[in-house]
Amino acid sequence: MTNTVSIEIDGKKILAKEGATLIDAARDAGISIPHFCYHKKLSVAANCRMCLVEVEKMPKPVPACATRVADGMKVFLHSELVLGAQKAILEFLLINHPLDCPVCDQGGECRLQDLSMRYGGTRSRTREAKRVVSPKDIGPLVSMREMSRCIHCTRCVRFCREIAGLAELGVVGRGGDSEIAAFAGRSVDSELSGNLIDVCPVGALTSKPFRFRARAWELCRRPSISPHDSFGTNVALDVKDERVVRVLPRENEEINECWLSDRDRFSYEGLNSPDRLKKPLIRIDGALREVEWNSALDYAAHALKSLVEAHGADALASLASPSATLEEIHLLQKLTRALGSGNVDFRPRRRDFSTDGHRSGIPWLGMRIAEIAELDAALVVGSFPRKDNPLFALRLRQLAKKAGRVSMLSLADDDPRIDLAARVAVRPSELPAALEAILRAFARSHGEKEPGSRVLSDTTAPYAETDAIRAIAESFAGAKKSAIFLGAGAEHSPTAGRIHAIAGAFARASGARLGFIGDAANGVGGYVAGALPTGLNAYEMFAQPRKVYLLHGVEPELDCHNPAQSLFALRHADLVVAVTPFVGETTLEYADVVLPAAPFSETSGSFVNTEGRVQSFEGACRPLGESRPAWKIFCALGRLLGLPGFDYASSAAVRDEILVSTAFEGREGVGEIGRVGRVGWVEGLDNALDEAFAPREAHPAAAGALERVSDVPIHFSDAIVRRAAALRETKDAAAPEARMHPTTLEDLKISDGERVRIRQASGSSGAFGASGASGETTLTARSDTSLPEGCVRVAAAHPSTAALGDMFGTLTVERA
Amino acid sequence: MAILGAIDPILTKGLDADASDVSDAWRCRAYVDRGGYAALRKIVSEKIPPARVIAEVKKSALRGRGGAGFPTGLKWSFMPSDYDGDKYLICNSDEGEPGSFKDRDLLLLNPHAVIEGMVIGAYAIGAKRAYHYIHGEIPEACARFLEALDEARAAGFVGSDILGSGLCVEIAVHRGRGAYVCGEETAMLESLEGKRGQPRNKPPFPAASGFYGAPTTINNTETFAAVPFVLSMGADAYLAAGKPGNGGTKLFSVSGHIERPGNYEVPLGTPFGTLLELAGGVRAARALKACIPGGTSAAVLPAEVMMNLAMDYDSISRAGSMLGSGAVIVLDETTCMVGALEAITCFYQRESCGQCSPCREGTRWMHRIVRRIENGEGRPGDLETLEDIARNISGRSICALGDAASAAVQGFLKHFRGEFAHHVERGECLVPREVQREGCRLREISKEASTP
Amino acid sequence: MMLTRESLEKIDREIAKYPEGRKQSAVMAALAVAQDEKGFLSDEVIEFVAGLLGMAPIAVREVASFYAMYKYKKEPSGKTRLTVCTSLPCRLSGADEVAETLKEKLGIGWGETTPDGRVTLVEGECMGACGDAPVALIDDTRMCCRLTREGVDAVLREIG
Repeated sequence: MTNTVSIEIDGKKILAKEGATLIDAARDAGISIPHFCYHKKLSVAANCRMCLVEVEKMPKPVPACATRVADGMKVFLHSELVLGAQKAILEFLLINHPLDCPVCDQGGECRLQDLSMRYGGTRSRTREAKRVVSPKDIGPLVSMREMSRCIHCTRCVRFCREIAGLAELGVVGRGGDSEIAAFAGRSVDSELSGNLIDVCPVGALTSKPFRFRARAWELCRRPSISPHDSFGTNVALDVKDERVVRVLPRENEEINECWLSDRDRFSYEGLNSPDRLKKPLIRIDGALREVEWNSALDYAAHALKSLVEAHGADALASLASPSATLEEIHLLQKLTRALGSGNVDFRPRRRDFSTDGHRSGIPWLGMRIAEIAELDAALVVGSFPRKDNPLFALRLRQLAKKAGRVSMLSLADDDPRIDLAARVAVRPSELPAALEAILRAFARSHGEKEPGSRVLSDTTAPYAETDAIRAIAESFAGAKKSAIFLGAGAEHSPTAGRIHAIAGAFARASGARLGFIGDAANGVGGYVAGALPTGLNAYEMFAQPRKVYLLHGVEPELDCHNPAQSLFALRHADLVVAVTPFVGETTLEYADVVLPAAPFSETSGSFVNTEGRVQSFEGACRPLGESRPAWKIFCALGRLLGLPGFDYASSAAVRDEILVSTAFEGREGVGEIGRVGRVGWVEGLDNALDEAFAPREAHPAAAGALERVSDVPIHFSDAIVRRAAALRETKDAAAPEARMHPTTLEDLKISDGERVRIRQASGSSGAFGASGASGETTLTARSDTSLPEGCVRVAAAHPSTAALGDMFGTLTVERA
Repeated sequence: MAILGAIDPILTKGLDADASDVSDAWRCRAYVDRGGYAALRKIVSEKIPPARVIAEVKKSALRGRGGAGFPTGLKWSFMPSDYDGDKYLICNSDEGEPGSFKDRDLLLLNPHAVIEGMVIGAYAIGAKRAYHYIHGEIPEACARFLEALDEARAAGFVGSDILGSGLCVEIAVHRGRGAYVCGEETAMLESLEGKRGQPRNKPPFPAASGFYGAPTTINNTETFAAVPFVLSMGADAYLAAGKPGNGGTKLFSVSGHIERPGNYEVPLGTPFGTLLELAGGVRAARALKACIPGGTSAAVLPAEVMMNLAMDYDSISRAGSMLGSGAVIVLDETTCMVGALEAITCFYQRESCGQCSPCREGTRWMHRIVRRIENGEGRPGDLETLEDIARNISGRSICALGDAASAAVQGFLKHFRGEFAHHVERGECLVPREVQREGCRLREISKEASTP
Repeated sequence: MMLTRESLEKIDREIAKYPEGRKQSAVMAALAVAQDEKGFLSDEVIEFVAGLLGMAPIAVREVASFYAMYKYKKEPSGKTRLTVCTSLPCRLSGADEVAETLKEKLGIGWGETTPDGRVTLVEGECMGACGDAPVALIDDTRMCCRLTREGVDAVLREIG
């Protein structure tokens, strides 16, 4: 409990937290003090001097952002001294600020414009020439063309260092000649770079994709939830002419604070991609042709029915994208089961399903998002946090800043821009053993007997207890609140179950919590929607090809664990019905019916994020062309197929059915769900495994075999993102390369930059051994010391690697 | 380089121009012969507690010689005595204010006094590490100090076991690289931390949060140099050398239109006329027009005010200016006040760190207007605008640089407005160009004083 | 290696001056050492120094661009940099005349470099030596005091 002090602002008594700054205390009391450089999430700079206020007994006005409250303090915001200071500061700031508001993107939502109108003078007294600052190029997302508009508040500089974790911008030069610049003209490559646009109080840093597209007052701002990662970031969609033209963060302290990842901010371009399908397509005489909805639905229903009748319900498999809405996933599984098939799933990138049926509940983060930064120690296993979930990485960064200890057990030493206590990078096949080594080291140093449970006695070789392993174990010593987070690399691993079990054992031993970071908007929602297979899972449904596929929002050739295998099955199926907003070239090859579905921005629905929070949203604009909300499409199909229970009046009705049938509670005073901003929490979240769980047998990689390390590049993670034009120009969207440790390259007698042919079994495979057909691709070899030896990092989810097999497995490399 | 004159000197006793040989007087041996390191020896051998050292310094009314004139003993007493971690002491030799050049001579002539003062100061505040921040543009003085430091270390006055007492004070030199603003103590801290020398917002003051957040005391070179003398002669005697509240002597750097520019040590409270006379009077016996008594940050004062002024903190403050670092810039009748102010405003706009809006924008704006007036392109209203800008900067910037630039402009306009108005109206100076040039003519002087 | 062993040892000694884990404090000295060796600071050198001290390159560039005595590659710079003080006390003692003479004899203006690349003439601010006005600084290491017309000739001979 913090103490409060009593202060007086313009004669009004307010209570303030002891140690608070005046500007914060005033804001908490609903009083705003004008400012430019102050930002509640950044360190205090006190350089703009706009927030000068008068404090009784102080000879000079003081900056409210840098002055702490003291009991009995009397503050004046409207005295002559203060008004004079404000007017003077604005005059100073405007001396060199171009008067180009009519052509400035910030016009209408500019702090300098607003405060000048309110506090500034009416005429300019300067006769001197204005400063001209040369334009800078920091990449495809943020424009630094009009740097003459900069007022030197340094918010951008502080943002890079304090929030994004790396100084990418700085103040170069001195005095009136100083300017904001990146080092040696480099680009700003932070995955959070778009926030620079928001923190800039003027029009110096603007959005490149949005530039000159619209004026602030022409936009309709609609609340929504971002579909690209497991956090459910709160966004505002700015709509003009029924198109999303900009995405901004909606502040939510519990989730995204006031930040947005670049993926969430700039993915909207994908919504307006030329790949958007406007009318239903059906295959007629070998070619897909546009038809009316009635014909398409009739055709799909008829074909589904007759093929299921002819080949049995097991011939049908359905796969939903984990970024589809709760309602859509639910209706897809309901439809599939009503047709008699249990072959339904929503986890296309998963390989090991051994925990199905053995979980005590729905796998989740294990805590609230806001609790991450409160931990004393955290171990992140199998994740590239910045690229998997930028805001998760941000929370870890906050945790490290508060002197908490963050360590990583990963598949490559990517720079997380977090001060790490310890880190180990291992080959994918070594991950369980390395985690076990941490557990053993921890147990021994805590005088406990060696944990020797069944799960741990592994067939793989034990991992040596290195200093780094011990350091990770040690980082948990004495921690009151600690956690182990399993990332995408752990969840997609062929030994995911074993990793889960060992992590669970470590959590029990150390008193830590176990959590799944999650890799999609509805990673938890899919479970809530009841979309777990009772037949074939997401991997098996392609490994054992079906006659009929019903796809929703997925592009299996990019989204599945084994794209080549998935594509093979789809190409040989009798019927593929794709419900999707997009129609890519590959979809055109295998789909027989394509039903244009509205993406998240054009439909209502809900996401359940990785902390179990249900967030519902409405469509922000009308569905494009003739596309329809997918929940309506599934309802129509259900009705046409004569199935009961598809008469929903709204997506909310679907949701209410799900949340009543699964345990659900609107807790913590958040209450009623159903409206944006109102949330509830699902129940039944539990990361424990039951006693009967037996991990899937992992076939060790053959000695000397090269192991594939794969990740899902941040800007290829789903169908919307990979169609966003500006994101595709970022460094993060560079074409995949075959990255190897220099020693590995040397062993292969391949040099950095050479083209290499990668071959990988694409057929049904064991864990790290493989058999069957093989796929190949040609990539550029790249030396990369961040990788363990004996590995080749080849990204998944990219067309250039789609011919390959499992995300993890062995492969061969030879000079092309 | 020498002390060109003195009245009852303390710091530079035996080092003035009249002394027979100053070439080796800076050395440790010579300093010890003059009674140097006796104060430190006494503290160490008699185990005088830090609180008593501080009390003595307080009693002497020694005030900071860097410009602000803050009582030194009081500053030291702000240091928390119960702080667990390392505390730091910093000596500020980042002298860059136009007109001020005393630290350079002090380091060349009497570096051991500075070292002894630093060691005593570190002892008093409980610091084991001390840094000496030396202005980048005075390489010779820096080299001299480093040589003296080696001597002091060899003699056991500095290091991990001072005079066998177990007392530890390490001194390291950190060189500035050309930024006037680093003379501001919090900018100096930033610079010491390897950052741009941008002043911090205060509070917190360095005694609470200084070098890397630890309690830190920063004093000027001359202040430290005075400390051994305060202790060896006793606070009362030191105080008596000056006047109440303004203890001791002060080095005055006299420059500009003066016959013998240089440093002069005189008791605080010495009449300006006496100092002027000591420095040989106004150059070429011309008439005094004005004087800037404490470096360009101080307001200019006209001759008639100056000639009735005693040179101490309080007297000059009452006259509407300040003693500052004791940099006395003499302006004779040939001076164009607009030109002089142009030089001053140019300095501030170049040296503004650029961090806060009033100083970054205001100093540049003021300079442009003054430059325009000087170039004969003044416009009606310029002087009012100029005054307004100066007022608008004052008290609103992060550090005192903005205030200094503002005070300079306000001082010139207050006392010489007519001259500025003449410039604006006529586009030319009251003082003919040839006269101005004559006043500033390069002077051939004796060989040994020219290029070293 | 970007810098010689000798320079690296100098930088190590500078790092040792500061408390444990405070390498950044040595950045000003490290840049000075690098500049002494290379004659100026290039982006490559700045990045190298950043690596030595565990700093982001832009943070080192920020420092290098703040202090007047660092020479950055992209700014025109001759073999010798001659900085003439133009602060008030020097002006009152003939700095303008010194400057005019230098400009005339070198045939360049402020901030310019002689066509043969030998000398860059820079307008400087107070060097803390006003008693010796007018003063100039050769390569930030040697100060020329009480300049006269003859003194200016001597300076030119020395750097010429």
